[in-house]
Amino acid sequence: MLRDITLGQYYQTDSVIHRLDPRVKLGGTLLFILSLFLFDHFTGYLVAVVFLGIVIRLSHVPFRFMVKGMKAILFLLILTVTFNLFLTPGTELVSFWRLRITWEGLAMAVTMAARLTILIIGSSVMTLTTTPNNLTDGMEKMMKPLKLLHVPVHEVAMMMSIALRFIPILLEETDKIMKAQLARGADFESGNIFKRAKAMVPLLVPLFVSAFHRANDLAMAMESRCYRGGEGRTKMKPLIYQRRDRLAYLCIFCYLAVSIILGRLVWLWI
Amino acid sequence: MSIIVDHVNYIYGEDTPLAVAALKDVCLQFPDGQFVGIIGHTGSGKSTLVQHLNGLLKATSGHIYFNGEDIYDRDYDRKKLRSKVGLVFQYPEHQLFEVDVFSDVCFGPKNLGLDRREAELRAYEALRKVGLEEELFYQSPFDLSGGQKRRVAIAGVLAMKPDVLILDEPTAGLDPKGRDEILSQIKRLQTETGMTILLVSHSMEDVAEYVDRIIVMNKGSVMYDDGPREVFRHYKELEEVGLAAPQVTYILHRLKEKGMDVDVSATTVGEAAETVLRALGRR
Repeated sequence: MLRDITLGQYYQTDSVIHRLDPRVKLGGTLLFILSLFLFDHFTGYLVAVVFLGIVIRLSHVPFRFMVKGMKAILFLLILTVTFNLFLTPGTELVSFWRLRITWEGLAMAVTMAARLTILIIGSSVMTLTTTPNNLTDGMEKMMKPLKLLHVPVHEVAMMMSIALRFIPILLEETDKIMKAQLARGADFESGNIFKRAKAMVPLLVPLFVSAFHRANDLAMAMESRCYRGGEGRTKMKPLIYQRRDRLAYLCIFCYLAVSIILGRLVWLWI
Repeated sequence: MSIIVDHVNYIYGEDTPLAVAALKDVCLQFPDGQFVGIIGHTGSGKSTLVQHLNGLLKATSGHIYFNGEDIYDRDYDRKKLRSKVGLVFQYPEHQLFEVDVFSDVCFGPKNLGLDRREAELRAYEALRKVGLEEELFYQSPFDLSGGQKRRVAIAGVLAMKPDVLILDEPTAGLDPKGRDEILSQIKRLQTETGMTILLVSHSMEDVAEYVDRIIVMNKGSVMYDDGPREVFRHYKELEEVGLAAPQVTYILHRLKEKGMDVDVSATTVGEAAETVLRALGRR
């Protein structure tokens, strides 16, 4: 039930993509997403799909896991497509009753759908191939320059990795408490919205109690190991760029160049 | 009135890379009024098995019959099943949520649709049955000690008056005194009410003294299903799967090896003392 959320779920296997430095994957994903907003011709998206296809192939993650993440935004996708399809002014294609579909609207809807789909699948690739801890490690290192502006980079990264670490634990806990209350005849599924909200109390109270307990225990454990923030703290596995990471950067920039030329510039010259 | 488990298989996380077969072709029968111990190492499938019995988990394949009715039938009332087969989870004190002990125990009976009076009557009765002192009834459940909380949680299930009571590791994390208290209370409950009780545990010592029958689970399958004496006869095989027979079994086997004429099938300290005394010719 609650376990069906793929976005932010790591798929364990061994592949080139899995082994890449998290900074490469973070930066690459950002550039990839950015590129999607630069195209004004369809060939750009074609290049993006081909590039994404190759990356997915290399990642050894079954494609259906990427699609799972799509379910979460299906509603948003449908909404965007419908609004763009019916509300864009321009030359009329078909019309029935009060609704008009225009050529411009159709093009816009298709572009939007493609953009969103590629965007979500693209970011799923990153989260499916990088452990949450690795990801925050990468973010911490990438944002280090912000420290000069007195942004508590380490603290934010630590909080994020703790939060991420606790998601599966709390999910499991929720599952357990839910079952325990179901065994006592609780009913989480029937009734109107007020009844259902009230039915959540026996679930939420124990969950909060246990979350606070865990937070307290963790704080105690960290303190007894002399944790005192990021100052002078070393890493067990420091992030160092390898040859494959430099190669990956090269690939990303090649993709960026090709996609921008095909998706934007070429059509300016013709 | 009985539960029949018929060729049940269960796979955790089917269709994911982490799929694990938690139950493999399990066939069991639980007749009425029996006190059964289900023993197994961590991950042997014992907790998974008991969650099937009240319909919280649905078998990947196979059937479960409660009083002759298939609980997977489309029109079977699973909510009613849960009131008939009471399941007390591991660390049940984590499910307490009400402002006071008494209202928490009322939660189960109220969910059954009973009126306030009846629910309170049942809650009172259940709390007495688990031996909780009356002055604690209106305290916050969060202020109680570990052993007291656990009793409240057990009372919460008992108040639904189930025909079958399943306890998943009811003694985990308790000190020896708390453990003995809870176990003897459960035994008394069983003799007084004739309820069927299933006690899940990883410790032979815990159950040997109380149960009529032991089911040993290993890697999702039933390894032994017999009376305690018969099961402990396989103490060497039990050791191989990470379980141990009660300490007295080892001592008696050693004594027998040394040539003393003792009955090695004794399962409790009392019985062992008896047979040793007899061998020494003092009785």
